[in-house]
Amino acid sequence: MTKFKRPSGRKLDEPRKIEAEAGVIKKADGSARFKIGDTEAYAAVYGPRDLHPKFLQNPKTGILRCNYSMMPFSGDGTRVRPGPSRRSKEISMVTEKALTQVLDLKDYPNAVVDVFIELPQTDAGSRCAGICAASIALADAGIKMKDMIPAVSIGKIKDFLVVDLDGDEEHLDDNEAADIPIAMIPSTEEITLLQMDGIISKKDLKDALKLVKPSLIKIAEVQRTALKKKYEVEGEK
Amino acid sequence: MSELIAKDREVVVPGQIVAKGMDFLPSQGTYRNKENVIANRLGILSVDGKVLKTMPLAGRYMPKKDDTIIGKVIDILVSGWRFDINSPYSAVLPLKDASFDYIARGADLTKYFGLEDYAIVKITNVTSQNLVDLTVKGQGLRRLRGGRIIKVNCHKVPRIIGKQGSMVSLIKDATNCKIVVGQNGWIWLQGEPEMETLVYKAIKLIERESHTKGLTDRVKELLNNKGGKK
Repeated sequence: MTKFKRPSGRKLDEPRKIEAEAGVIKKADGSARFKIGDTEAYAAVYGPRDLHPKFLQNPKTGILRCNYSMMPFSGDGTRVRPGPSRRSKEISMVTEKALTQVLDLKDYPNAVVDVFIELPQTDAGSRCAGICAASIALADAGIKMKDMIPAVSIGKIKDFLVVDLDGDEEHLDDNEAADIPIAMIPSTEEITLLQMDGIISKKDLKDALKLVKPSLIKIAEVQRTALKKKYEVEGEK
Repeated sequence: MSELIAKDREVVVPGQIVAKGMDFLPSQGTYRNKENVIANRLGILSVDGKVLKTMPLAGRYMPKKDDTIIGKVIDILVSGWRFDINSPYSAVLPLKDASFDYIARGADLTKYFGLEDYAIVKITNVTSQNLVDLTVKGQGLRRLRGGRIIKVNCHKVPRIIGKQGSMVSLIKDATNCKIVVGQNGWIWLQGEPEMETLVYKAIKLIERESHTKGLTDRVKELLNNKGGKK
């Protein structure tokens, strides 16, 4: 097999440069910024707080409510129209499901934890960046969660599996390209998000899941460092 | 062989392995996954012999029985008042716990507590569904008139109060202000306007640097420099 060179010059299993920061929105109960390459997500957590409308309340546990939104000027301008869309609704839902798995909201019956995710700039992998930011923000808000949730995409371009596709790579191979966003609980290696756009064989999918794990663990480490850093800086004063 | 991985008083984050082996016991804020004891919330690790706990650094106030807190009236009900207590849940002050006077049926309840009034109240009961009951019958419990309210993170309250109230007494003595610290992170203070500002600065300093050493000295320094009584 010939060697494949990624347009960005990265190795096949190398994610883009990652930056993370906790506590960026002062008035929120918890907040975070997560940047991977040119995709940047902000997440703010409010709550637990009173849940309205009342019929959504669950007397057994608190619930998580996510809201994903790309800012109108983000991306390359083709996909974005201001306001909610079918796509943002779907991503809000999968984000909610990816994060709920680690949360323990039993102490907050009838309440809600609201997570707002905004993306000022996107270049593929926005739902993953959103989940990463939301995970840091939830921990920053002091919500009980058994682990962080890192997320990243893996794809197949020209018969090669590559981690963390950027916008250029997504459009490289029109026929057989696949893009698979994945979120995982690092301590148990359980997968909480797995979607796919494109075509991939069963064998390739299994290989992809193996290949992506080190990147996810690396992201979880970045998330934890970001949280600790918030308190280190204050401590050194 | 058991091994403690994180240090005592270290900031730990969800999913961080704090100890390995069966000799350590998980408690509040930690859980066991096979051999590992893992933190499940952001906090400061506290090692008490074999028991590993995390003290929360963030999060909303959760009402607890017998806490003395400051609340704000948000609604007047048929037989009581609903209070905002800076928590995910609101609390109810029933008529019978509102005053030593007899309150007749149909009386004007705003005479006792009007909308947006603040009061020092005590929690008498919290149910499993977090319905909260309050009382103002008790020492020091009353409706607040004048002064101002400042809001802080409720997890910093123990540090603001200090050991046996040492920190808050320090501020009170230096500024001649009346200060009441509610467990829910709302603080009422009343005094000379300049002194109120000084108290505000001192409390915000404690909130910001609550997890560091030598805090009392820094608070003293602030109070002395800014013209508090020595």
